[in-house]
Amino acid sequence: MTQSMTGARMVVQALKDQGVEVVFGYPGGAVLPIYDEIFQQNDIRHILVRHEQGAIHMAEGYARSTGKVGVALVTSGPGATNAVTGLVDALMDSIPIVVLTGQVPTFAIGTDAFQEADTVGITRPCTKMNWLVKDTAKLSETIHLAFHVARSGRPGPVLIDIPKDVQFADAHYVPREKIKPSHYQPKVKGDIEQITRLVEMIETAERPVFYTGGGVINSGPAASQLLRELAEATGFPVTSTLMGLGAYPASGKNWLGMLGMHGLYEANLAMHGCDLMINIGARFDDRITGRIKDFSPNSRKAHIDIDASSINKVVHVDVPILGDVGHVLEDLLRIWKSRGRKVNKAGLATWWKQINEWRAVKCLTYKPSSTIIKPQYALERLEALTKGMDRYITTEVGQHQMWAAQFLGFEGPNRWMTSGGLGTMGYGLPASIGVQIAHPEALVINVAGEASWLMNMQEMGTAMQFRAPVKQFILNNERLGMVRQWQELLHGERYSQSWSESLPDFVKLAEAFGCKGIKVSDPKDLDDAIMEMIRYDGPVIFDCMVEKHENCFPMIPSGKPHNEMLLGDDDTQGVINAKGAVLV
Amino acid sequence: MSPLNIKQGSSSHSAYDLRDPHAEVIESHTLAVIVDNEAGVLARVIGLFSGRGYNIDSLTVAEVDHTGHLSRITIVTRGTPQVIAQIKALLARMVPVHDVHDLTEEGPSVQRELALFKVAGKGEHRIEALRLAEIFRAHVVDSTLESFVFEMTGTPEKIDSFAELMRPLGLREIARTGVAALSRGV
Repeated sequence: MTQSMTGARMVVQALKDQGVEVVFGYPGGAVLPIYDEIFQQNDIRHILVRHEQGAIHMAEGYARSTGKVGVALVTSGPGATNAVTGLVDALMDSIPIVVLTGQVPTFAIGTDAFQEADTVGITRPCTKMNWLVKDTAKLSETIHLAFHVARSGRPGPVLIDIPKDVQFADAHYVPREKIKPSHYQPKVKGDIEQITRLVEMIETAERPVFYTGGGVINSGPAASQLLRELAEATGFPVTSTLMGLGAYPASGKNWLGMLGMHGLYEANLAMHGCDLMINIGARFDDRITGRIKDFSPNSRKAHIDIDASSINKVVHVDVPILGDVGHVLEDLLRIWKSRGRKVNKAGLATWWKQINEWRAVKCLTYKPSSTIIKPQYALERLEALTKGMDRYITTEVGQHQMWAAQFLGFEGPNRWMTSGGLGTMGYGLPASIGVQIAHPEALVINVAGEASWLMNMQEMGTAMQFRAPVKQFILNNERLGMVRQWQELLHGERYSQSWSESLPDFVKLAEAFGCKGIKVSDPKDLDDAIMEMIRYDGPVIFDCMVEKHENCFPMIPSGKPHNEMLLGDDDTQGVINAKGAVLV
Repeated sequence: MSPLNIKQGSSSHSAYDLRDPHAEVIESHTLAVIVDNEAGVLARVIGLFSGRGYNIDSLTVAEVDHTGHLSRITIVTRGTPQVIAQIKALLARMVPVHDVHDLTEEGPSVQRELALFKVAGKGEHRIEALRLAEIFRAHVVDSTLESFVFEMTGTPEKIDSFAELMRPLGLREIARTGVAALSRGV
């Protein structure tokens, strides 16, 4: 027996059925009926944001740190268009979120009504799937399907556009367990023949490397556990993309650190020199591969991915395995064990000897200073003082993000939230709030640059209102550091528009929001200041004045292979002098 | 580590390496895509091609299963084998897509297109046009004293060659439906 109810009540009921506890949103004319229903219940908590982009990033932070689907609710027109950046961010990084948008009534669609926008048209390429629901009878089914699509296969954002008259009209509610199964059922089990081929390669490889990515994290904690077991049992080195940090612990003995454009020397050279590359849930992004023609030229490559379109997209692989990382690793381990747990011990010993020589280069070395806080030093101290705590890190986008990836260690999955694919400045602050809402007792730190942070700083109001004690750790170099670095290296030191003029006084800004502001500029005061930030029971804006001209190394310039890495400022000579023509 | 040894004028100031690393032979493929017949599904498929810079040479779409609410989209596209494989994978992962068939790869197929030709002329030209139409098994579906409209079905190549022959005889307009295709046998 199904119940008859309004579309608006149906929305709330469907969210409850899906186990939703929190919705991030902002009301407006076209979603008023849904907000009225939210007002009349207590099961779902609503977090009022200050800008719709913030709502999406919060839902993303919530989703990434819990493994659940994040939910956002915004109004029509500007509400929906403001959500677009967050949708693309979630699409690029495969984050499962469901976004509900209000729409003008069905009879007004197409008339250029007030706050009307073609939301499904605008967001079609920005979502994994979207729907305009014109009939209340189809609303509950669509919402349940949306959750299924968001979390199945390669996860991603979905959007449901609900006209206001559909919210008011009555229809029968279809509960979650009553909907007919969707034909959309991505394959999770990998092909056993291909997995066996990979096992054979694992048994003989002399210079293997695991190249892991966000797919391991998306596959769930069990996949991370299997990766650890596989790495320990085989003794193979592990590197990871920005998105995959934490799947294998930073303290693990096989850990090489992050790879890619600002990845570690040993990780990139291992990728370049390996004879067997095992890609687990990564996608050969251009920040990883550098020049494709010279990418890992002498290796056989296997690729485990749940998205068939990621396989052979940019790099041709020898062993394609379509399936969920967790399922495939389980089969892989079982088959490898049943065949006698063989590896090429002699080959591996030589390989590790080589890797340790690369490690000895200590590529993260920087010139220390006793008078100025080096950004790397600030992160080293943050890492040392928060190690072992129940800690979650989000970041904005730029140099600070790369340094955070290099200098902070992640021991488990879902602890690191960063905008990888889209590179969205302004992601970190709202994301940190989303994480904190999901983990109220945890220490949540947004490692930020001052320029990125300003892009969504209004969300400090949200943090205050909902008592989310997020720590905004701003490495303030009064520059758009990464832009400045490229201009120095590639545009003849012409620093076009890359400095932060007229910055606010962050301590006063914190006071204005009603939270705590801490400013530090002397390396001697740094530890005490960080401890003060951690101990403070509430949001903190931490203004850490750092060296203004520090560059982020190692660096593989775009279009260069892994073995042509710049390790420090000394390597960049000649780049600056190359007049005009510069390859990136 | 070696510094960047960059030749003058070797590339533009782009953050990305814009050269195509997989420039290979271009193939033409006919894809049959079975989709839910719902609002926006065609826009979704076309958006994939325009968004990622793939070619559409021809496209037809119509509902083929009314009770199952399914449409069949036939797309003729061009690209390197890698691009064709990408297109198929990207289509297959779309939520409203049920099936993707590569008729070019899956064995022999029948491909047909319907076309209408308006040919205007007098005297010898008019007679010649009618004679050629007979050879090509085109039907006259409209006639005035100075013009014909021919209807013809056939492969795109056949339609192309008929159009070539009609051009000097007073071809004014062509309307083509695009390719409909099915695999041979069961």
